[in-house]
Amino acid sequence: MSKNDEVILLDFWASPFAMRVKIALAEKGIKFEAREEDIMAGKSELLLNSNPLHKKVPVLLHYGKPICESAIIVSYIDEVWPFPAMLPTCYYARAQARFWADFVDKKLFDGGCGIWRNNGDALELGKKEFIEILQVLEGALGGDFFGGDNFGFVDTIAIPHASWFYAYEQFGGFKVEDVCPKLSAWIKRCLKRDSVAKSLPDPSKVYEFLCMFRKMNGLD
Amino acid sequence: MGELKVIGAWASPFAIRPRIALTLKSIDYEYIEENLRAKSDLLLKSNPVHKKVPVLLHGDRPICESLVILQYIDEQWTTGPSILPSDPYDRAIARFWAAYVDDKFFPALAGILKAQNEEAKAEALGQVKAGLELLEKALKDCGKEGAFYGGEGIGYVDIAFGSYLGWVRAVESMGEVKLLDEDKTPGLVGWAERFCSHEAVKDVMPETEKLIEFAKKLFSKPT
Repeated sequence: MSKNDEVILLDFWASPFAMRVKIALAEKGIKFEAREEDIMAGKSELLLNSNPLHKKVPVLLHYGKPICESAIIVSYIDEVWPFPAMLPTCYYARAQARFWADFVDKKLFDGGCGIWRNNGDALELGKKEFIEILQVLEGALGGDFFGGDNFGFVDTIAIPHASWFYAYEQFGGFKVEDVCPKLSAWIKRCLKRDSVAKSLPDPSKVYEFLCMFRKMNGLD
Repeated sequence: MGELKVIGAWASPFAIRPRIALTLKSIDYEYIEENLRAKSDLLLKSNPVHKKVPVLLHGDRPICESLVILQYIDEQWTTGPSILPSDPYDRAIARFWAAYVDDKFFPALAGILKAQNEEAKAEALGQVKAGLELLEKALKDCGKEGAFYGGEGIGYVDIAFGSYLGWVRAVESMGEVKLLDEDKTPGLVGWAERFCSHEAVKDVMPETEKLIEFAKKLFSKPT
C-alpha cells in the first residue's frame, strides 16, 4: 500500500471518533479526502450504504472498501501502513495499549455526556464520575505519552476527547488542570504535534455546539 | 515466560473465550473459578480497573478484557491455528462483528430476561432477532458455506459470538422464544451446533439447564 492510495474519510468536525482517524492518517503521512457529513440535516447515501448497521461516522473508505468503528479503523491504518508503528512490539505492552484504548472507548465519551446532557444534581454526579475516570486514565500515563516516550495508539484514541474538555469545564465549573495535572500536561504535549493540532477543532466551537444542543433539549 | 492461569466464572460468556483460544492452540493453563459475589484478592489485584473476569495471568502479568486477551493469545502463540485472519481488511471486519456482539447483541439478549413488561420484552426480542439476521448474513459473507466465520476453522468472531450460545439457549427456554430459527437463520443453526460440539468448546460451554437455574436466581424479582 502506498501513501497515495485512494482514502476517503466520512467525517464530522466535532466527532472525537473521527478525529482519531485523522490523527492516525496524519501520523502515517497518508493523503486522504475528508467528506463532512451534515449530522443535523441528514446523512449521505454514501454513509448509509457504507455503514448500514450503525449509520455513524467515522467511516474509512480505502479504494471504496468501508471500515467502520474508529478504534478498528485506527488498527487497520496501523496494519496497512506500518510506519511509524502505533503499537509497541512487545506483546504484553500491546495488550496494555489495547486495554487502555478500550477503557477510553467505554468510559470517556459517555462520562462526558454525564456532564453536558445534565443539570443540577445529575450534572454534579456526572462531573464527579467523569473526574474519577480521568484520574484512572491519568494513572496509566507511562511517561510523556501513554506509550512511554512515543506518541502511539492510546494517545491517538484518547486525545480527541480533550477538545470537548473546555465545554465540560464550563458546564461543570471545574478545571482538568486542577484535578489531573499530569493528564493536562499530556494534553498540551499532544497539541504540539502537527497531526493532533490540525485534526482537533477549536474547543470553544465545540462548546458553542454543545450549548446549542442543550438549548434544543431544554437544558438551558 | 511463566505459567498460564485464567481467572473466570463458569456462567460468564466472556470468561470462556480465552479458554477456547488456549485449547485451540493446545496451550496448557490452570483455571481458577472466581466467586463473583466475593471477589478474590487475586482478581482485585489483577484487574483493579474493572474488577471483572476473565483475566489471563501470564507469569505474574495480567491481561484483561476478553477480546484483548484473544488478540494477545493469537500474537504470543503462532504455532497452531490463527484466531484473527492475516489480511488487514478481514481483521477489521472480524473486529467489527466482535464489537457488535458485545456492544449491541448481548445487551439486547440480556434485555429479554431483564424486561419488566411485555412491551419491553418484545422490543428486546425484536433487536435480538434483527441482530441474528445480520449475523446470519455475515456468516455467509465471512466464512465458507457450512463452516465457521473464520473459514474452515474457528476464528475470532466464532469465539466472540459463539461464547454467547449457552445464554442464547437459556433465553430461548426462559423467554419461551425461538431465536435460532431453521427458517430465518438456517446458517446460524448449523454453525451453532458445529461450534458447541467443537473440541475446543464443548468442555467449557456452560450447560443450558445450569444457566437457567442461575438466571432465575439472578433475575428473580424481589417480593
